[in-house]
Amino acid sequence: MDKIYAHPKSLRDVSTHYCPGCGHGLAHRLITEVVDELGIREKVIGVAPVGCAVVAYEYWDFDCSEAAHGRALAVATGIKRVRPENIVFTYQGDGDLAAIGTNETIHAANRGENLSVFFINNAVYGMTGGQMAPTTLLNQKTSTTPDGRCAQLQGFPLKISEMLALLPGVKYIERVSLHSPQEIIKTKKAMKKALINQMEGIGFSLVEILSPCPTYWGLSPKPALDWIKNTMVKEFPLGVIK
Amino acid sequence: MPEIAINKDKCKGCFLCVSVCPQGFIIAEDELNIRGIKPVKFKPGGKCTGCAMCALICPDCCIEVYR
Ligand SMILES: Cc1ncc(C[n+]2csc(CCOP(=O)(O)OP(=O)(O)O)c2C)c(N)n1
Repeated sequence: MDKIYAHPKSLRDVSTHYCPGCGHGLAHRLITEVVDELGIREKVIGVAPVGCAVVAYEYWDFDCSEAAHGRALAVATGIKRVRPENIVFTYQGDGDLAAIGTNETIHAANRGENLSVFFINNAVYGMTGGQMAPTTLLNQKTSTTPDGRCAQLQGFPLKISEMLALLPGVKYIERVSLHSPQEIIKTKKAMKKALINQMEGIGFSLVEILSPCPTYWGLSPKPALDWIKNTMVKEFPLGVIK
Repeated sequence: MPEIAINKDKCKGCFLCVSVCPQGFIIAEDELNIRGIKPVKFKPGGKCTGCAMCALICPDCCIEVYR
């Protein structure tokens, strides 16, 4: 009998600290599958964020760096410019990439850095206790919007992928989701494309991944996936943005 | 016949695999695992088709599939 699904080599065989049903574990695994399939384990350098995925380097069995909150793309810029032969990606949450790190994100994109970005949009700040993120939906309850996000007080969900798509330095942006096996396959394809773009020198590529946070959405794992499918994709439509 | 191998001590009991198995052959284990939660198990006597949807959706990479 053949093993048709095996544990990826680039993923350490350890238990993660993530909550049951958290999308980070899934996104971590898909990245390692793509790294293995492209045969770039010795060349890849991941930059971990601040957020729940702060210790992603404990799970990925390839070279990694850590960046201060929001600064992953600045750190990755430095690494890639000094070591253009390496494949450099950042892995960032919505608080990291679209709140405290908005500045670094926009300017790295505008410079057209030849980097791959994996952007985990779970519509909350997970690590610090489920506070509102820029991507929190209107009426979504979080620990800092107990009555639901209100446009008048907190503004609208930030569509940073659409904003970045306006910049000439940006070559590829796709929004994908982890809510079903079919969408997971599409997510993996998009991740692969973002890395291949870098290998071919095409330029700045970003994959936004709608990812469940059952704990701070107050939902069990399966209803959290259904919430992405039925509610979140209405605000954040899936597909290639650029 | 295809089969799956479940790493029960890594399983966190999110049951996403249960929700996608088209045959409904992944069920809760009766015993607690090392984490103190009920992991999943393959239903005794069930016939796995090797579709690998369970492995695809597992956030903790607990499932390997043989065919
Ligand atoms: C400079 C700085 N400011 C604030 C924090 C506190 N902090 C840690 S993680 C985080 C937000 C994380 O949210 P997100 O990026 O969406 O990732 P998630 O935890 O949801 O995966 C914040 C505000 C920090 N560590 N450093």
